[in-house]
Amino acid sequence: MQRNAVMSDTKAAGKPRRLGDILFHQLTRACAVFVLLLVLAIGWELWWMAAPAIEQFGLDFIFSTDWNPVTEVFGAGAPLFGTVVSSFFALLVAVPVSLGIAIFLTQMAPGFLRRPIGMAVELLAAIPSIIYGLWGLFVLSPWLADNLQPWLTEHLGDWPVIGVLFQGPPMGIGIFCAALVLSIMVIPFMASVLAELFDSVPVPIKEASFGLGSTRWEMVTKVVLPHVRVGVIGAFMLGLGRALGETMAVTFVIGNAHRVSPHLFEPGSSIASTLANEFTEATGDIYLSSLMYLGLVLFLLTFVVLVLARLLLWRLSSHDGART
Amino acid sequence: MKWYQTLTAAVLAFGMQAQAAPVQLNGAGATFIYPVFSQWTATYHKATGHQLNYQAIGSGGGIRQISQGTVDFAATDAPLTEAELQKDNLVQFPMIMGGIIPVINVPGIEANELRLDGTTLADIFAGKITSWDDARIKTLNPKLKLPKLAITVVHRADGSGSTWILTNYLSKVSESWKKEIGNDKSVKWPKGVGAKGNDAVANYVMRIKGGIGYVELAYVLQNNMTSVQLKNQAGNYVSPTLANLKAAAANADWLNTPGFAVILTDQPGADSWPITGATFMLLHAPVSSEANKVLREFFVWSWTKGSAKAEELAYVPLPASLVEVITTSWANKDAK
Repeated sequence: MQRNAVMSDTKAAGKPRRLGDILFHQLTRACAVFVLLLVLAIGWELWWMAAPAIEQFGLDFIFSTDWNPVTEVFGAGAPLFGTVVSSFFALLVAVPVSLGIAIFLTQMAPGFLRRPIGMAVELLAAIPSIIYGLWGLFVLSPWLADNLQPWLTEHLGDWPVIGVLFQGPPMGIGIFCAALVLSIMVIPFMASVLAELFDSVPVPIKEASFGLGSTRWEMVTKVVLPHVRVGVIGAFMLGLGRALGETMAVTFVIGNAHRVSPHLFEPGSSIASTLANEFTEATGDIYLSSLMYLGLVLFLLTFVVLVLARLLLWRLSSHDGART
Repeated sequence: MKWYQTLTAAVLAFGMQAQAAPVQLNGAGATFIYPVFSQWTATYHKATGHQLNYQAIGSGGGIRQISQGTVDFAATDAPLTEAELQKDNLVQFPMIMGGIIPVINVPGIEANELRLDGTTLADIFAGKITSWDDARIKTLNPKLKLPKLAITVVHRADGSGSTWILTNYLSKVSESWKKEIGNDKSVKWPKGVGAKGNDAVANYVMRIKGGIGYVELAYVLQNNMTSVQLKNQAGNYVSPTLANLKAAAANADWLNTPGFAVILTDQPGADSWPITGATFMLLHAPVSSEANKVLREFFVWSWTKGSAKAEELAYVPLPASLVEVITTSWANKDAK
């Protein structure tokens, strides 16, 4: 009797819920499609506004290092170089550090340390980027200029291959400083995502690994990391994406000079910093449209990074498939 | 005498206008005038009820907005040419002046001790003179002890009226600067680091030993920076003082320049500071329209009653003679 009542109850509620389901389905789909349309609209708008510059400079724009508002000849080479180089070195620092933070937090930290460190990492992620910029300008860069940079030039400056990176005037401000600030900015993002990932590894697997006689190092490198490696790549891409587009902090410390130099201590520029600096006073049509073209280049760059990440993930997962 | 009568009539007309209902007018443009402009508009709002909103979005944005008709007035650091004014049907006149001051950070050199002439300054900013003990700097300063220290040029990274005024001066005094770099709101700097805004340039110069940059007068005074003496057109070495900046404007030929588009760099006069410039105001033509009447009233007020405030903030107010020239030109247009 009672069971019947329950059944009829669900049946009665079934119809309106189905309508609700349909509505919910449509609503979520609309949200998803809206995002897609938004991306397309941004791409189209950038293309449209950049059209005069595209017509004038063509694809040479992307690698030309000329940026001369007086003669109205523009090229994305220098800012593109600065963007890629500063983000690359930022990740070079941030990847091992954030992996270290995440592994320590999830595998080794005693309980009383986990929460405070975890919260400190999340707090770092919540600091607005302009604060990082000001800190970089007023605190980090004078210290770099007086201490770290002269030391690096003296001790590493004449090494083959990498020595050339550590030359240039020790001013503090430059691509080196920008990369350091960026790395500090992306570490909390990557570390907290990585920690979540490592936490998701089932405990029995880890215990089984210990049971087989693994050391902690073997457990982390042979069991935990392979188990979540797709997510790990994703976390790095998230960090890279943030580094590529970061504007205010970089503008403060990169030195804002449109030059390509092999020395990391030299000032450079990034696409985002160039846009932030020059948009307000760009009076000429070609100037404005070149800045739009620059925006389009950044848009495409992030798109290419995303596609590469996808390809990497796809290769990794097909590899997994073949192995099992 | 006739212009004087028209002026009186015009002032009377303004007086009557002041009784009218408060209006709200919008403007946009150069960031340079924003600090003094916001003070003026706030005081003016209290006194008259008229509300003038100003968005400091940069000269380029201001010009775009007024030519599209979205704002009532706009301010620009570089004057528009007569043809550009005609095309967008605009009226132009100078609003306020300022000076660009080269500042240095060389140990042992005090403010206004170092003397430079135009071509030397140009070659320093172009990166052709690379050390402070260069022979050319030494010949200009036989008494100073100049250290062997690399010169680091600090320039504006954002497009700016300051860069426009400086490069305009350097193009006038140095053939090679004119040919290789030129005059614009941002240029292709051969060397050095870029900083966003006057304050960042000041900060970089104070931090980098051997640095040289250029900032507006207010930043020199606020930060106690080491300015230099420059050789002006008359051949005198002058220090960057308010009086010397004003002298540059007083000697300019405003009357015979269409659109008041006088560029104040390298002006004649014994005391003229050579790197001086004006920020220009743009209004929709005709100048006698209803909206412009309120604005004109405000501008005259700011030039007379507001000039003390401007000097306090290290701007150079327009000389009284120039205010007269501008108001007369308006009165003449009203009469037509």
